Amino acid sequence: MSDDDLLRRLRSGDESAFAEVVGSYHTSMVRLAQTFVSSRAVAEEVTQETWLAVVKGIDRFEGRSSLKTWIFHILANRARSTGVREQRTTPVDLSGEATVDSRRFDEGGAWSDPPAHWSDEVVDRLSSGPLVAEVRAAISELPESQRAVVTLRDVDGLSSKDVCDVLEISEANQRVLLHRGRSRVRTRLEDELAKR
Amino acid sequence: MRLPTLRRDLVCQQAVELVTDYLEGTLSRRDARRFEAHLEACDGCEEYLRQVRATIRVLGSVQPEDLAPETRQGLMELYRQFRED
Repeated sequence: MSDDDLLRRLRSGDESAFAEVVGSYHTSMVRLAQTFVSSRAVAEEVTQETWLAVVKGIDRFEGRSSLKTWIFHILANRARSTGVREQRTTPVDLSGEATVDSRRFDEGGAWSDPPAHWSDEVVDRLSSGPLVAEVRAAISELPESQRAVVTLRDVDGLSSKDVCDVLEISEANQRVLLHRGRSRVRTRLEDELAKR
Repeated sequence: MRLPTLRRDLVCQQAVELVTDYLEGTLSRRDARRFEAHLEACDGCEEYLRQVRATIRVLGSVQPEDLAPETRQGLMELYRQFRED
């Protein structure tokens, strides 16, 4: 369904349209809020307040971004200020962190322990059952700013520009965080596959 | 200050740090060419890129958790209430 249709229905009081957006975004929003605030309960609260702001503000939404980006932006702003009130700081950690453990390279920087080949069959299996649970766990263990970027980009499917708008970070920082986060998830999958 | 350019060719440890910039299309044309040239000659890095691509696909297959029925109900109430006003 296009944003235009959805908006028209939301504005006309169509409950099924609201149920649809809530169903699509609510849990992603709680997850995003959790990267800014102290607990799941506070994240739920901030998400609830965001829905209220969305319902009240839907008539004023100008469509300069997608509906999803607009909603996520409201959420991120609220969660950020709640986090500040809680005196919980979430600095964007850009300190050096290697993509791959440096012990896997020789002195000249060439692989001494290269990644084992993942067959097509293994790659297909990644998207099923137990390994998806492993990926969820890997995401939840990422440092907050990496988790926010990886989730928005790769799980929720926002564009890099939208992620920068929602989180109010630069394109360069977005890329660094995405790089670190994806690298960690890959390493986790590699470790997991090596056990099987 | 000039950066040392002792090596014209990338080494693996540098190549893995460029993967995201490469996938995002933000490497300069020259660096993208160096990256691709390295991968053509290096099975380890080719595999690494393949695994990062696979990782991105798996991340994309993670579904949001299901919404608790009481949460959904509460939000529907809220919508009803405010659209009526």
